[in-house]
Amino acid sequence: MTTGNAHTTTGLAATSGGQGTAGDFFALLKPRVMSLVIFTAVVGLFAAPSSIHPWMGFVTILCIALGAGASGALNMWYDADIDAIMKRTAKRPVPSGAIEPGEALGFGLALAVASVLMLGLLVNVASAALLAFTIFFYVVVYTMGLKRRTAQNIVIGGAAGAFPPMVAWTAVTGTIDPGSIALFMLIFMWTPPHFWALALFREGDYEKAGVPMLPNVAGRAETKKQILIYSLLLVPTIAAPLLTGTTGLLYAAGAVVLTIKFLVDAVAVYRASSRDAEDKTTKRLFGFSILWLFALFALILAEKLIGIAPVGGLL
Amino acid sequence: MATPVQPFSPDDLKRRRRRSIALALALLAVVAIFFVSTLVRLGGNVAERAL
Repeated sequence: MTTGNAHTTTGLAATSGGQGTAGDFFALLKPRVMSLVIFTAVVGLFAAPSSIHPWMGFVTILCIALGAGASGALNMWYDADIDAIMKRTAKRPVPSGAIEPGEALGFGLALAVASVLMLGLLVNVASAALLAFTIFFYVVVYTMGLKRRTAQNIVIGGAAGAFPPMVAWTAVTGTIDPGSIALFMLIFMWTPPHFWALALFREGDYEKAGVPMLPNVAGRAETKKQILIYSLLLVPTIAAPLLTGTTGLLYAAGAVVLTIKFLVDAVAVYRASSRDAEDKTTKRLFGFSILWLFALFALILAEKLIGIAPVGGLL
Repeated sequence: MATPVQPFSPDDLKRRRRRSIALALALLAVVAIFFVSTLVRLGGNVAERAL
């Protein structure tokens, strides 16, 4: 007699892994991070100076999303030990026991290879190479290399999150252009003040896990100063898409208003003297920083959809 | 004496079946993506090739 399931009578214990639901595997992809990746990649696709067949555009975005998901899964595999300690991450599928570390590793590697191969075979090799580098940068350089070693982890590691619009742009043009670097810079320079604001009100979590974030290495005052410095650096950064002839006046007007508000919030963080005031101002800056990035990319997308011409670039 | 191996529970089997279905759908999606992408990339050229 056959049971149709040899494991029920012979093999693995039910608790030895392989018990995660499809939803657990989906959670490994970090869907919230992925949604921002998809959005910025779509903007990169539209912002590129030439066009791509809509279907190939869809394939490009799908591959970038899968690549981002692969990075998330590999990050959760490697960081399961510290994720278990931090409140924000303790319920992730690996530390909660829903998915075995080996399963997360296999899932992440399979997705990474599949996404890069698909992009290379179906769209172009340059964008696939850039996607492969993005995954490598996030998993090996940031997660394995920088995260547990230096308080500058997110300054350098932020590049990984900044690549998706560049990958999408390269899928359209086949090249890396100043315009795509300008989009990269927007996310790259935004990352430090965004994450340091989070680190200020989640300082205890990172300290407990032994992750050297700026507040628990250099202190809260230094972190607030660095937030202000990086926020000021956003001023020349928002000019980059204009200088490269990527964006027009709608973006220019919106970016100026949004960045003034960003600076006002960053100054409030810098000037906060009590812990209560710090918590309040850092949460406000953290929340607004998400809106800032979303709105800037939405303005670029709106310009392309409406047909607003870019201002003459200098680069 | 070794602890007896626990068989999979009905819940475990249900979860596994759902994972299998999700995997099958993903594989079908990959096939569809390659098929449609091939059509898109070939475009009208397929009718103009030398015979």
